Amino acid sequence: MWSRRQGRLSTLACGVEELRCRRREREAALRKARREQQLVSKRLLREDAPEEAGGQSAAVLLGEAEVQQFLRLAQRGTDEKEREKALVSLRRGLQHPETQQTFIRLEGSMRTLVGLLTSNRALLQLEAARCLHELSHSEQSAVAEACLPATSYLLTYLSGHSSEFIELCLYTLGNLIVESEAVRKQLLPQGIVPALVACIQSPHVAVLEALGYALSQLLQSKEAPEKIIPENLGFGYFLAVFERSHWYLCGSCSQPTSAGSSLLDSSLLQHMLRLMQPGPKLNLGVAVEFAWCLHYIICSQVNNAMLLSHGALPTLAMLLLDMAGAAQRMDDAGLELLACPVFRCLSNLLTEVPVEAMGEQMELRDERIVAALFILLQFFLQKQPTLLSEGLWLLNNLTANSPTLCTSLLSLDLIEPLLQLLPLSNVISVLVLTVLCNIVEKGPAYCQRLWPGPLLSCLLNTLVLSDIEVVGQSLELLQLLFLYQPEAAQAFLQQSGLQALERHQEETQLRDRILALQQTAIHG
Amino acid sequence: MLLPTALYSRLAGAPGAAEPLPVERNPAAGAAPFLFTPRLVRFPRDHEFFEDGDVQRHLYLQDMLTQVSETPEKSMVPEFTCQVAGCCQVFAALEDYQHHYHMSHGNTCSLCSRAFPSGHLLDVHILEWHDSLFQILAQRQDMYQCLVEGCPEKFRTSQDRKDHMVRLHLYPADFRFDKPKTNRGPAMPAAADPPARALKDDSDAMEICSEPAAPPPCRRTYSHSCLPGAIFHSCLDIGL
Repeated sequence: MWSRRQGRLSTLACGVEELRCRRREREAALRKARREQQLVSKRLLREDAPEEAGGQSAAVLLGEAEVQQFLRLAQRGTDEKEREKALVSLRRGLQHPETQQTFIRLEGSMRTLVGLLTSNRALLQLEAARCLHELSHSEQSAVAEACLPATSYLLTYLSGHSSEFIELCLYTLGNLIVESEAVRKQLLPQGIVPALVACIQSPHVAVLEALGYALSQLLQSKEAPEKIIPENLGFGYFLAVFERSHWYLCGSCSQPTSAGSSLLDSSLLQHMLRLMQPGPKLNLGVAVEFAWCLHYIICSQVNNAMLLSHGALPTLAMLLLDMAGAAQRMDDAGLELLACPVFRCLSNLLTEVPVEAMGEQMELRDERIVAALFILLQFFLQKQPTLLSEGLWLLNNLTANSPTLCTSLLSLDLIEPLLQLLPLSNVISVLVLTVLCNIVEKGPAYCQRLWPGPLLSCLLNTLVLSDIEVVGQSLELLQLLFLYQPEAAQAFLQQSGLQALERHQEETQLRDRILALQQTAIHG
Repeated sequence: MLLPTALYSRLAGAPGAAEPLPVERNPAAGAAPFLFTPRLVRFPRDHEFFEDGDVQRHLYLQDMLTQVSETPEKSMVPEFTCQVAGCCQVFAALEDYQHHYHMSHGNTCSLCSRAFPSGHLLDVHILEWHDSLFQILAQRQDMYQCLVEGCPEKFRTSQDRKDHMVRLHLYPADFRFDKPKTNRGPAMPAAADPPARALKDDSDAMEICSEPAAPPPCRRTYSHSCLPGAIFHSCLDIGL
């Protein structure tokens, strides 16, 4: 069922210590970039590994004369094979940043490359596309922007039928999309959105994965939530004929037209959700990309109501169940890649369900969803602990307003496993305590099911900690517990609870609540 | 974390849940100085809560894109020639042949043998170059549709269309798949092109292309070009 595209996910297993070390370095670099709001920077898109161990030749530095010679040979050579070889040599050279600079400074070089890209010689076309792909990767804006003359052709070729070529065009466009807002300001009027949307009907998995990638980069761009997504939403593309800038700005004007496809219109969303349906045709790589696309769309909050009406919640819920099944069967390569965006999509989308409609959502009355979530949490406990907090956040959103699912946690005996997560980290502690509060606040019927039990001793442990958030949430839980289960207050006193409280008495944010709890415990 | 064994079979079981326990709240719950009310939490995409997951996502992208840049392995076969009439290109890898077939023979006009990169452009070409009804209608109404997918605009002349595509859609003025009908000459670089020639209005050109045109006079031709005459561009004359 989880048919994997060969090769893509194979690098995930880091066996060697060196690989692990390198990975930690890369992680640190990415973390730093994210904090500086630069996670989408080109620089981090591809690993900087000038010497590939896998046999790929290293980037070659070419001088101006060589670049010129290769271009000339490719364009005007008499022997087909020679022309192809010249382009291959050029491509290898273009992996080197200095060769890239040399290339773009050469007059007419891009024009020649575009000419080869649009020629009728298949192999030259492919190699030219690969050269362009190399250039599009560059961190130097000047180099990536030098690719702009080719974009109208890249977009045109997206509606062709040569899947390998389309895939290459998509990855190139994906790189250019990331480059800068200026580049996107050219790509958008050129019709990149309808061109991408047209690809979604491709039967080729590789094309779909590349499409998902390009689309996710577009949706992740800085101006996407305010400009790109809203301007392409709902009523179709509105094109103002007169001024280009007016067109770009005037996205969702009041006059709906029947024009073409828009980013969030029905058919794109339906296709996206289709590609995330569990079943024999589900491809992990494809689903991952579109799950991220969905995440960015949901976060933009532009039209989550439409997503809900298209059945996004059931699709995501079924996917969650499916993933839990896969984890159980240990059929699980790359599962964490999909779980992350799916957790986020489900969780954020739940916040968009109108309160009145909450009770009607079938997913929220199906306890398999919490079973699945716990199975996944246990799985990630070993494989990807960073996912635990996101999973617990989802659990909070599932249980906050749902007596059904709170009851399920009790009837499926999930309280003890939940408590076992407490020591992992402060963030996780707060989340676990919040979920427990969700249960306990629903009243005596719920608290009775927790008593007697390990809850109190766990709380006494958390009170020993120094993190204010953790202690604060523990106090909230204690108040609710004492209110609905008075015997708990008794036991609390007997187990030296008051002393545990005292150590935080001076803390400003905790003082009032500690006093109140002390009163309740003593006087009932 | 130890999960109850019954959980796994529950996952495989039927949808549904036990009847929820009755909810009975005391007004003192969560009252000051306490704060708690159950509440769904939404995180915006740049929130630091998402940092770990975003970092993992980018690590994956880095690995993926490094692989994308590597030349894929090809299925090598003994050399063979393309079997389409008039084409004599030779291939030794199936993927290359597949690409060649799609690009050069996939969307070919049966009337003038021009090849197009997509079915859409082929349809537009047939309409505008080979359909006499189109020519008649074009005299009375805007028939030349914008070539950008999703744009609904139509124009009186192909020149107007080209102007629209250049100004609004930022397309190059010498876009190769938008040649005016009468221009059979070599694709000249825009800079060198005398404006009158390349931008000739072809609304009065009624010629219907019924046979492949003769190869255009070029300063440079591919000596190995075996494809019949008017391919969408048979000559690249772009100097370095």
